[in-house]
Amino acid sequence: MSQASIQASAGTMPLTAARAGQRVRISAIAAGHGLRARLCALGLTPGLSAEVVSVGAGPVILSVMGSRLMLGHGMAVRVLVRPLAACVRPPS
Amino acid sequence: MPNLVQPIEPPPAAGAGGRIRAVLAGNPNSGKTTLFNALTGARQHVGNYAGVTVEKITGVCRLGQTVFDLVDLPGAYSLTAYSAEERVARDVLIRDRPDVVIAVVDASNLERNLYLAVQILEMGSPLVLALNMADLAAARGISFDLELLRKLLGVRIVPTVGHKGTGMSDLLAAAAETARSERRPAPLRIAYGAEIEGEIGILERRLAALPQAPAGIPARWLAVKLLEGDADVGERLADPGLQAAAAEAAHRLESALGDTPEALIADRRYGFISGTCHEALRAAAESRLSASDRIDAIATHRVAGLPIFLGLMYGVFQLTFTLGAPPMEWLDAAFNALADAVGGLWPPGAASPLRSLLVDGVIRGVGGVLVFLPNILLLFLAIAALEDSGYMARAAFLMDRLMHKMGLHGKSFVPMLIGFGCSVPAILATRTLESRRDRLTTMLVVPLMSCGARLPIYALLIPAFFAERWHGPMLWLIYLIGIALAVLCARILKRTLLRGETPPFVMELPPYRLPTFRSVGIHMWNRGGAYLRKAGTVILGISILLWAMQQWPGPPAAEAQALEARRAAVERLPEGDGARAEQLAALDAAEAGAALRASLMGRIGRGLEPALRPCGFDWKLSTAMIGAFAAKEVFVSQMGIIYALGEGQNEESAPLRERLRADYTPLVGFCVMLFCLISAPCMATSAVTRRESGSWRWALFQLGGLTALAWVVTAAVYQIGRLLA
Repeated sequence: MSQASIQASAGTMPLTAARAGQRVRISAIAAGHGLRARLCALGLTPGLSAEVVSVGAGPVILSVMGSRLMLGHGMAVRVLVRPLAACVRPPS
Repeated sequence: MPNLVQPIEPPPAAGAGGRIRAVLAGNPNSGKTTLFNALTGARQHVGNYAGVTVEKITGVCRLGQTVFDLVDLPGAYSLTAYSAEERVARDVLIRDRPDVVIAVVDASNLERNLYLAVQILEMGSPLVLALNMADLAAARGISFDLELLRKLLGVRIVPTVGHKGTGMSDLLAAAAETARSERRPAPLRIAYGAEIEGEIGILERRLAALPQAPAGIPARWLAVKLLEGDADVGERLADPGLQAAAAEAAHRLESALGDTPEALIADRRYGFISGTCHEALRAAAESRLSASDRIDAIATHRVAGLPIFLGLMYGVFQLTFTLGAPPMEWLDAAFNALADAVGGLWPPGAASPLRSLLVDGVIRGVGGVLVFLPNILLLFLAIAALEDSGYMARAAFLMDRLMHKMGLHGKSFVPMLIGFGCSVPAILATRTLESRRDRLTTMLVVPLMSCGARLPIYALLIPAFFAERWHGPMLWLIYLIGIALAVLCARILKRTLLRGETPPFVMELPPYRLPTFRSVGIHMWNRGGAYLRKAGTVILGISILLWAMQQWPGPPAAEAQALEARRAAVERLPEGDGARAEQLAALDAAEAGAALRASLMGRIGRGLEPALRPCGFDWKLSTAMIGAFAAKEVFVSQMGIIYALGEGQNEESAPLRERLRADYTPLVGFCVMLFCLISAPCMATSAVTRRESGSWRWALFQLGGLTALAWVVTAAVYQIGRLLA
């Protein structure tokens, strides 16, 4: 499965469709190589869970590994996530 | 940049008496630069989106007998270079092989910060970890088992508090020990899992078979980078067979493991880091909503966010204008006093070119610029405070959508804001933009943000032509026109010459914090310094040049003689006669006016007149425009001279305003302001644009393009205005 053909698998949605306060797990990132590398370096790797702090018409704010990341709308649309049921998670 | 495959010379040994070459590496928000300042006493920038420039920032510090040559690397999240900054950081680490790397990590954000450090450890570089902002971490209830952390990572760890300067000597001691230790540390090995390890092995064998094996860099590190698809490493190794092998390996891994190698590798690295932190960190239960989040709930609120931001911006501008007014008056008075003092060194009535040069050329010219310093410093102070508090990142968030519609990146917002003070530091601030296209577009339209230097022009013309109640709105109108044109030009540029995708916006949001006086002061001074340097160099030079252009050649002989005769007549009047002084002053003014008309500048002005007539300008305005072209502030004093009101007219001058009102219609007044707003930026801006864009082409394009735009818009407004009148 090359990155160009990443399909949204069942149950995933773009990050922009999430709600504020929702916990999500990153499923895939439909972006070019360089950008994916940057996101990986920032900790946004598939399989990672994050909490959506703020989402709207503009950029999205995520809480990842205890700090905040801001993604522009165009970027957030390409991050596919799966919502997680609210659960207790050890602080990291 | 040297090819990786060429043998790299071993670095000079860090002997007991030798100098130790160290670099500071770390994330953009780790407080690295503050630490650097604390170590070296140098002055640097500390900001997020403002980032660190790609220049090499160096300094020296000592501990006892040992001297450290320090380099502050640009902030980086990873050694896989995504931005120019990361490329520089990586290149220095690989090529320069420093004696020791001081990895600065934000103790309250350890996991992400360790990502870079871990990659440097995988490279086998001697490393010391500075656990920075240790005080903040403690306040958040995070505690570290330093011994355990040290064992797990295999490095010396020193807690530091950069902005207080705590832990500096311990840090330097640890760095010296590490640099001097005989044994090179073994590169950190992270277990990437069976499949990936298999592919690494294959690539390692191929690397060993290369004709010139790269020296000093573990083959494993190179293999991992190749698997991650690092284009730079692939290019440097310059072996197509190798690159093909890496691509195949990546493909195999994707099919087998269902994800790209770089995601898998990043995942494993974070897994290692997470495991390490889990053992060595004790964190207090994280409160779900920190104070920062609560503020953000309001600051980035869907409805309230933008109005709050606009309100803050309005407040900032009000502040700079009202608080800045008194100091500006003092400076003005001071320069006038200086001019009088210097002028008084010569006997009254003496016509000395040197005196004229000093008083009219230098003091009036440069003074005219420096008078604005309070205004500009206040603007920069406000911006620095907002940056340091972390609010600017949120503002970029709010502006992102708008910037995107302009075809620009959210980060373009700060340079444009600075442009309202002065274009020179604004263009310097475009360094934070990663995409060259975005950077160039921003640089080209920044001069349309009406800068502080144009204010005297508006201050002269608006009261001259418009009734009191229109003063405020007219000023706003001019500013808004500038912004509207900037938007238009940016969109056109991004669709034509500088077409291309704006890179997606992703940024780390620092938590809010109270700005410190010291760091705000440093930022303010950095930007203000750019303005001062402009004044000291370009404007000084231009003022002298302009002065020369005004003096020569003198008025035609007949006119000169007539003025001489009048002067002789007046001087025969008894001293102390009031009329005598008045008439002498009037004569001075007349002489200056005549000189200007006949001078080189006046001739150029008259030559330009036909070209500028469609805009409603006559030769007097054209002449003043030339001066403005060099430095906007000069326009007003030039007008004063042309009207033979003598030198030293400023925008408050009622006689000048009256003369203008008599000679021109409000339409023309408005057109003059339009032209000054849009037309070629001052010489200093052009010079900086050339330096930052790397070629004369762009600076000339900016110059020519804006002037042409000014002509078109002004001519259109004038002609339509005349038709309507």
